[in-house]
Amino acid sequence: MVSTWLSATLYDIAARYDHDRHALLQMLRAVQAARSCVPEEAIQFFARHLNVPIVEVRGCVEFYSFLHATPRGQYDIYFSDSPTDRMAGSLVAAERLAARLGVEFGVPRPDGRVTLGLTSCTGHCEQAPAGLVNRRVFTRMTEDRVDRMADLIERGVPVEQWPEVWFHVENSIRVSGPTLETHVTPGDALRASLVRGLPQTLDEVEASGLQGRGGAGFPVGRKWRGAYETRGIHYITCNADEGEPGTFKDRILLAGYADELFEGMTIAGLIVGAEKGYLYMRGEYEYMLSGLQEVLASRREAGLLGEDVCGSGQNFDIIIHLGAGAYVCGEQSALLESLEGRRGIPRIRPPSAVKKGLFGQSTVNNNVESFVQAAQIALMGGAWFADLGEEKSRGTKLLSVAGDCTRPGIYELPLGVTVRELLERCGGSHAKAVQVGGAAGRTVGRAEFERHISYADLATGGSIMVFDERRDMVDLARQFAHFFAHESCGFCTPCRVGTQMLQHYADKLASCQGSRHDLAQIRSIGQMVKGYAHCGLGETAPNALLDTLERFPEEYEAHLLPEADFVPDFDLDAAVSEARALTGRDDRLHQLEHGKVEAES
Amino acid sequence: MTERNTFTLDGEEVPFEPGQSIMNAALAAGRYIPHLCHNPEFRPHGSCKLCTVKVNGWLGASCTTPATKGAKVESEIPEVQEGRRAIVQMLFIEGNHFCPFCVKSGDCRLQAIAYHLGMEGSHLPHRFPSRQLDASHPDVVLDRDRCIACNLCVRASREVDGKEVFGLTGRGVETSLAVNSPSGLLKDTNLEPGDRAMQVCPTGALMLKRHGYETPIGERRFDQQAIEAAWESDY
Repeated sequence: MVSTWLSATLYDIAARYDHDRHALLQMLRAVQAARSCVPEEAIQFFARHLNVPIVEVRGCVEFYSFLHATPRGQYDIYFSDSPTDRMAGSLVAAERLAARLGVEFGVPRPDGRVTLGLTSCTGHCEQAPAGLVNRRVFTRMTEDRVDRMADLIERGVPVEQWPEVWFHVENSIRVSGPTLETHVTPGDALRASLVRGLPQTLDEVEASGLQGRGGAGFPVGRKWRGAYETRGIHYITCNADEGEPGTFKDRILLAGYADELFEGMTIAGLIVGAEKGYLYMRGEYEYMLSGLQEVLASRREAGLLGEDVCGSGQNFDIIIHLGAGAYVCGEQSALLESLEGRRGIPRIRPPSAVKKGLFGQSTVNNNVESFVQAAQIALMGGAWFADLGEEKSRGTKLLSVAGDCTRPGIYELPLGVTVRELLERCGGSHAKAVQVGGAAGRTVGRAEFERHISYADLATGGSIMVFDERRDMVDLARQFAHFFAHESCGFCTPCRVGTQMLQHYADKLASCQGSRHDLAQIRSIGQMVKGYAHCGLGETAPNALLDTLERFPEEYEAHLLPEADFVPDFDLDAAVSEARALTGRDDRLHQLEHGKVEAES
Repeated sequence: MTERNTFTLDGEEVPFEPGQSIMNAALAAGRYIPHLCHNPEFRPHGSCKLCTVKVNGWLGASCTTPATKGAKVESEIPEVQEGRRAIVQMLFIEGNHFCPFCVKSGDCRLQAIAYHLGMEGSHLPHRFPSRQLDASHPDVVLDRDRCIACNLCVRASREVDGKEVFGLTGRGVETSLAVNSPSGLLKDTNLEPGDRAMQVCPTGALMLKRHGYETPIGERRFDQQAIEAAWESDY
């Protein structure tokens, strides 16, 4: 039975989003926030009310990490889990908190007071360990703070009354360049575009050589041109689903350059003839939502959004949509699916989003940084931008640097900067390896520090992680393997199963139970997944394992079981444990130790 | 006179209509490319990746890659067959597939393709997942242990039966075939034994009750003929 109270609440939530089926994910988020879960009644209500199959609503709840079918605790805590968070002590802090509170990871405490778990990188790596408590971001969590947090939770003190300093987020800009130094007075870039002429502004964006700042590097001008030349309805979407572990540069832009971002989206909208733009922001950044809404409101008031934008005769407005914990939604077509209120399953290509994107219409989708820089280019001209960087990688790039360096933070540098130069600037002189481009990126060792960070060499959406001598590269690759096994959407066989297999072999090796055969398995599965996967997630998922295997073979060697060419995947010990328990036999004769089976028989 | 639209599949010319996928053009020409989630009757899904071919040197799923004039498509080459074998091995270890005592043995496309590809073992650690069986419907049983998430029943129900009985839920390795009813059970749907959705399952995940052994093992489709010869039998 659906209680009247609940159905009234659910109706209100649906009404808040105009009963629009495409806002399903937003509605489910609202239910989760209000009830700490999405109960079965809500699933059935939305299915009926929005005329969506129940399986689709249920599928959505099961797909997104921040939606839950059963209640979370009154305090719902997630620690950010990325290598740099761990290096800063996140696991130690999380485990200490779990012990203090008497909870198991991921399982609500029986009294319903608290849930504690890990979540994929929350994008605050330079002020790690970070995390979320009741959807609010905390940073620099220390063991001392954890002890006090446990006390506040036991006493039932609301999160709003916790020390404000725990929630302090720094902007961490270390090196500014033209992007961070060019603050566009709201409307200036729009007016410059209209005075120059919209087609001429498109020429400027093309001439600038600006390439997609999410990392893929597709020329922004060419994408806009494609949409400009496509008839029919158009949409603008901005990818602010900054989920790549180690990336936090869009966070800086969303917090301090929202006007530039919205101006860039608006200019794109006017050029291609779109009336609506969507900002798809990762759920972890919800704390910035109200600030962004205020910027949108003031832009509407100033005539920079809404009807007849800036006297152009065209209408354009922007809607913010929040994600709910799914890395794959950073993939362009998965993002569009999610924007339409479904599970984030990447679409079949062709057609491209420019031809058939959001709601089946021509869509320009760009990264936050791309739109910010496009707005600046519209104001300053293409040459201003093209003069910086390299021949095939124009302009500057925001790099988010974290890990083993004395000055983590944001570095805006011309593309083409070498890894060595960046390490010198950030104080990472003891680095033995750098991960460029996050979990999906490439691992480079000392021998390659002269390589360039650019689209032609080491491409990155912004993530740079620095690892020094103390770090175990096998364990690092294992962490990335876990990340992909968790984040694979499950659509295609190679990625769905392959990431599980890579995780299995990485675990086996990291726990020193592996043999040379397991290294060969990783190589062959890794190559296969890269070649056969449906989207970029699968294509890049094996990178870290394959790269570290190639560059740090001695570390893998050190993890192998000595003198074993083959260690079976079948764990005899585990398989007989149930029988052992049932029969009560636990003497030495009935105990098989890992790796000693052959030796003792 | 205009030149015919053709591409080559392992060296032999295959004609195609503009907009047709490599897979559908090949099937229409009577050429077999291994596949599990594809059926020319429905919209392509592109998820099993078994039909991956090399198109002008690049790997791509033939069911979702449009045919282009003069393209060089390579299918039965060792590199591609090896990748396909790995995919089939992955499908086997992902679920719980026990051919020797499966009611679908000899009539199962997964099994037949494993033979076609010369798969001799799984070579990967079995996951042995725990999955829910749904025997609530009077005439139908859904054994999720054998489901490979190909989405064919989902499409058949939606596109042919006009019913929307099934859908895929979950994420990653937890992806699961779910039933579109408030209880999540088949008995509360309007699924009927004669539905197209009941005929398209490539494995034994969706079976009719009381019709299990009408054809004895050994006399079934793929017992008689290999899949490369018998693939057309239910299209």
